[in-house]
Amino acid sequence: MEKEVMSSLKMAGNILCSASSFIRKCIFGVLRVGPILNHIALIMDGNRRYAKKQKLSHDGAAGGGVRYDAGFWALMVMLLNCQELGVKYITAYAFSIDNFKRKPEEVESLMTSMLEKFHLLDILVKLLAVRVHFAGNLELLSNELRASAMELTEATAAYSKSVLTICIAYTSRDEILHAVRESCEQKRIDLEFRNDDDNEIKLMKVEKNMYMAVAPDPDIIIRTGGENRLSNFLLWQSCWSHLHSMWVLWPEIGVWNLVFAILNFQRNKTYCLEMKKKEKEL
Amino acid sequence: MPFSLHFSPTPLITAPSPLSKPSFLVPYYHTLHAPKSPLCSSMEHALTHQGKQEAFDLRPEDSQTLPLGLRRDAMPSHVAVIMDGNRRWARLRDLPVRSGYEAGVESLRKIVEICCKWGIKVLSVFAFSSDNWFRPKVEVEFLMSLFERGMQEDTGIFFRENIRISVIGDLTKLPKALQELMVNLEEATKNNTRFQLIVAVSYSGHYDVVQACQRLALKAKCGLIEPSDINVSLMEQELETNCTEFPHPDLLIRTSGEFRISNFMLWQLAYTELYFAQSLWPDFGEAEFLKALLAFQQRQRRYGV
Repeated sequence: MEKEVMSSLKMAGNILCSASSFIRKCIFGVLRVGPILNHIALIMDGNRRYAKKQKLSHDGAAGGGVRYDAGFWALMVMLLNCQELGVKYITAYAFSIDNFKRKPEEVESLMTSMLEKFHLLDILVKLLAVRVHFAGNLELLSNELRASAMELTEATAAYSKSVLTICIAYTSRDEILHAVRESCEQKRIDLEFRNDDDNEIKLMKVEKNMYMAVAPDPDIIIRTGGENRLSNFLLWQSCWSHLHSMWVLWPEIGVWNLVFAILNFQRNKTYCLEMKKKEKEL
Repeated sequence: MPFSLHFSPTPLITAPSPLSKPSFLVPYYHTLHAPKSPLCSSMEHALTHQGKQEAFDLRPEDSQTLPLGLRRDAMPSHVAVIMDGNRRWARLRDLPVRSGYEAGVESLRKIVEICCKWGIKVLSVFAFSSDNWFRPKVEVEFLMSLFERGMQEDTGIFFRENIRISVIGDLTKLPKALQELMVNLEEATKNNTRFQLIVAVSYSGHYDVVQACQRLALKAKCGLIEPSDINVSLMEQELETNCTEFPHPDLLIRTSGEFRISNFMLWQLAYTELYFAQSLWPDFGEAEFLKALLAFQQRQRRYGV
């Protein structure tokens, strides 16, 4: 009797999963009919609040050190969903230079967590044929972390199905400064050695030197955690991006949050295109 | 069009707002070019003949009272606005596009007045983007004439109300007369301290960073700096927002329901709170502005930490 009940429950679970997967596939199919998203950028905010929530629900005490495991898996699921939708570029804001100002034990915990995840990330991205790129001032990271990052970048350089850019030790201002320094240095060399009299530095030159030069500008920037600000993320690249803020904490983000964000983007994009069409008619 | 702005005569609070990120940079004020000619005739006229504005109503109590719910200590020092929706506003009313722009100017005047009343020190407005040059020529010409007219009409008010005007953007693309008017107005009002209105014309965030990069490259060529010396401080000295003590907006408001920055002040918006209002710019009045400020005051700013 018990076996029959378990078997029925298992069958019901399988049917529900299949139904859910079928519904998801249908909705993804509908989304693909609309304006195509090429690049989604993610500000993964809310990990600490989520961890605090979990600890409170388990033992009622605020523990030391915050774990980011749930946040990592949320990113992997998001990567899977984006691939299924046909989104080629995904950029995630993993660690800001400003985050170094947090408590040392918290920074240490985060760095340890990131290092632990590299092996898993290596397996998953190779399985999904995802090229991984790290954007940021990697000199600020520990030797071990930097070496792991460069190793993974090299190991996945040949993949082209999707590109996952992880912004680590990154701020947009630091990126812009880096690009400006490089541009000025290159211009100085041009003026000195190639007798180039043209003093002008063009926009393209600055853009070429950005850490994010591997990817086009994002179509949409999704921020979880309920805040409505860029927090020094992709300032240069976000000039025409649709900005979408959602209340859900990053580790709790699900496929339906993504679907809603994309529908929002498509509705705005359609409206923009309509307006542009009307302008031409006028 | 005659209008009156009701201003309090009491000086602006000079202490920085606690919610503004304290500047870690040495303030660097924009070196204005000396006007090419004496004050233009319209400005002289405004100064000597008091313009055509009526005497404004002095209400000292305005500066002391804020709407219910707004906290004076949490007011943003610098508010930036993307004034979107003028053309849609006109289309919805079957009016010509120029009516939308004129209504937009009125809306701006109201917001400037409110900012002065409520203790906001700087208001930046995205009046004309670098990308707007691709609009129909007739529309662009109308906008240029609207800017010229607006600045001439309000000159008397700026002087009387101690308002500083700054213009940022690639002014070389503007008609010569408008360029001269803007430069002269900037120079003439540079010592005004009550409130600063920054008008972004022929401006984009990309343009701002590239022109700063250009100036730094020139300094590097002259041996004044090394490229490796370029840091946040040097960069901010060359950005066009070096004309103000508060170069980073605390709050950015965009009207008309669009959720994008549209190439406005990219560097400066790193930690700015973003507020997207559904109403079109000509309809954005005191009530909507209050909603935006109340929402801002609820936010917890962490500056990336």
